Amino acid sequence: MTEKQLLTEEFSPEDFRFASHGASLKDKKPETRPVGYFRDAWRRFKKNKASIVALCIIAFLVLFALIAPLFSPFSMSFSDPIYRNRIPKNSVLAHVGIATGEYSRDLNGRAFEYFEAIGIGAAYDRATDTEDNTQGIGGEYAAIRRVTGENKNSTSVRQDAYLEIGFRRLSVTQAEYEDILAYEEETGLTVLYPMIDASKVNQTFLTDADDANVWFLMDASGRAVKDAQGNYQDIYLRDGEGNVRYYQNRDTSGLYVRVLYYNYFRFRNGTEPEFLFGSNTVGQDILVRLASGIRLSLLLAVGVSVINLLIGAIYGTIEGYYGGRVDLVMERIVDILSGVPFIIVATLFQLHLANTVGIVSSLLFAFVLTGWIGTSRRVRTQFYRFKGQEYVLAARTLGAGDLRLMFKHIFPNTLGTIITSSVLVIPSVIFSESMLTYLGIVNLSGSAMTSIGSMLSDGQGVLASYPHVIFFPAIVISLLMISFNLFGNGLRDAFNPSLRGVDE
Amino acid sequence: MAKYVIKRILLLFFTLFVIMTICFVLIKLLEPNEILDVTQAEREEAIRDALGYNEPILIQYLIYWKNILTRFDFGVSFQIEYLGSVNGIIQDRLLPTILINVYALLFSVPLGILLGIAAALKKNRWQDHTISTLVMLFVSVPSFVYAFVLQYFLGARLGWLPIQMESVAETGGYFTWKMFVSMILPVLALSFGSIASLARFTRAELAESLTSEYMLLARAKGLTKGQATLRHALKNAMVPILPSIIAMFANILSGSLIIERIFSVPGIGGLYIQSIQELDYNVFMAVTIFYTFVGLAANIIVDLSYGFLDPRIRMGAKK
Repeated sequence: MTEKQLLTEEFSPEDFRFASHGASLKDKKPETRPVGYFRDAWRRFKKNKASIVALCIIAFLVLFALIAPLFSPFSMSFSDPIYRNRIPKNSVLAHVGIATGEYSRDLNGRAFEYFEAIGIGAAYDRATDTEDNTQGIGGEYAAIRRVTGENKNSTSVRQDAYLEIGFRRLSVTQAEYEDILAYEEETGLTVLYPMIDASKVNQTFLTDADDANVWFLMDASGRAVKDAQGNYQDIYLRDGEGNVRYYQNRDTSGLYVRVLYYNYFRFRNGTEPEFLFGSNTVGQDILVRLASGIRLSLLLAVGVSVINLLIGAIYGTIEGYYGGRVDLVMERIVDILSGVPFIIVATLFQLHLANTVGIVSSLLFAFVLTGWIGTSRRVRTQFYRFKGQEYVLAARTLGAGDLRLMFKHIFPNTLGTIITSSVLVIPSVIFSESMLTYLGIVNLSGSAMTSIGSMLSDGQGVLASYPHVIFFPAIVISLLMISFNLFGNGLRDAFNPSLRGVDE
Repeated sequence: MAKYVIKRILLLFFTLFVIMTICFVLIKLLEPNEILDVTQAEREEAIRDALGYNEPILIQYLIYWKNILTRFDFGVSFQIEYLGSVNGIIQDRLLPTILINVYALLFSVPLGILLGIAAALKKNRWQDHTISTLVMLFVSVPSFVYAFVLQYFLGARLGWLPIQMESVAETGGYFTWKMFVSMILPVLALSFGSIASLARFTRAELAESLTSEYMLLARAKGLTKGQATLRHALKNAMVPILPSIIAMFANILSGSLIIERIFSVPGIGGLYIQSIQELDYNVFMAVTIFYTFVGLAANIIVDLSYGFLDPRIRMGAKK
């Protein structure tokens, strides 16, 4: 076989034509979707389970802060000193055994009678002028819900923190007295109870001057004097015909009445006394105030973070881009500012500005005054890294101006770090704010607004006896701090994978 | 190096001067205190006159500086300790603050470093995960929250330790056993945060040096893992850790506002809060200067210590 034959056998002239003669050749459009910087970061972020959980917790707390006040019957300005330091109670949740408003305690004989009498006295029947002696334990208004055990000198009981208030002596106006009568008529609840004959009561056994729980006959040692059947004997104030009296004239304008405070509360506020998170040392609803505290903390923190980001980014950009003498002067300004202790700035601002621009705005100014320095330093460093690179030179050669170079070409390189640092600023602002309000340097314990720090400071005084007052704010601030830190760390890992785990 | 140190120190004094000036002017713009004790009104009037309280602010400021430079005198207190010298008040309050912080450091530095080493050596095993999770929790949770937890459980419920620090009158001095026991809770509350941050830092640094090539060399030339870790990795990891410990020492003086308030420690932080609440301007001014000075000085010491620990690092060197 010759060589020529071989060629003609394997190749035909067809094979030597241009494959795509006349057609223009172009790059194919990518079939997959392009992955940008942020999409890439989000993909990495999603893999970090702790950060996702943190994000959910943050979302939950934000929702709580927004929604909780809508469901609470109490407003921010509500307070009832009689129901101060009450433990959490909610009639719906009580069915599953949480927030029952009950607590265990041991009562000695006298205290047991005092609280048992509340339930019995509350079951007073106006028509027959008698009490129901079965209602002392577990009755509708009984302070003692049930007896859990008998000891040598005391009785262990479960007691309701709200019903144990029992009866109070109040001074009301004539108009209010009539309102109460109308309310009783309308709802069928009993608010007014017979007055007690003060001359038969030993004042030493009352908790305060308006305590009206001792409606039964007592001996000198404070023990009840019961009749033959073992029933309490009333010492109500009666007129000449033996009828009980429901009021006593205080002076020309007012009356003394004896009310069952639980029902009086319903008359006054249109809702039952029960606080889901309990009440604080002045009888305010912790739930509503906590929600308000979270809102304040978050708003302040996000506001500070955004303002710091803006100022820091602009300052750092100018510093880093121009360098040289501009940088030198601006760095000295930063050096001086960063030496100012934050707590002193905050204090001075409070002393000077709080009266003119308001407490929260002066707090905001204090945070902003030195807060942007961190961001500006980061931006400056990034500018030093990137401004000498070839692509910047190329852009400049092509005629790009300073502003375009700064913000279009170099600034985007700093985005990852400054977003991360702005998120990590949030927990530190929350902490500083709660610290300042806790210490009382910033005073936010008024009725219109509150902060978690003031709530902690409020609860600290009753830490040993009523830990719930401090428990809820402490839990919330811990959750906020932990979740924002985790979230920030997750963002950092997502934006700068090379820094992963640098300070964990 | 000397030039750098001098530059830093000059900057420190300039910053201090700026802050002092601003504070002084802002404080003088506030309403002056009323005379507290009528029987001593004449004496107080004389002191006020000597301090130039009836002169313009600028003259007052010059007098203030003159007193500091010639006699190191920061004026007298008008509220906290009536007509007492500010220097004396600050000195009285310094000892409890220093004691509590020194105890806290002695407790937290070894523990923090040990936990960090343990986590780094067992990296990515369950020991590491446990330590890292705890560290994350303790770094994030604010110090007052675990102060409350400690107070409630160890103090109120179990009754093992006193809830608040006891006064010198009750214990008979700062160095008695009773005083030490009453200091345990504040010391613990101060320690948790520093233990956690130190452990985190140590773990990160040590984990990095453990993977370095000189470690491979050390193993290759026949050192055991323990020897290599102790003599090579740990030594190198300490370079950034030690300055942070030095910073902790420098900040001993300023104390913790929160912990002192919670446990009613009669320290410098409590003095600061008290001077704000009672508007005792001279005391406030002096404590402000004190805080600013300690903060700035700590910064310089930390920066310089890098150079001493590792001669390769030259602070302030041009690139």
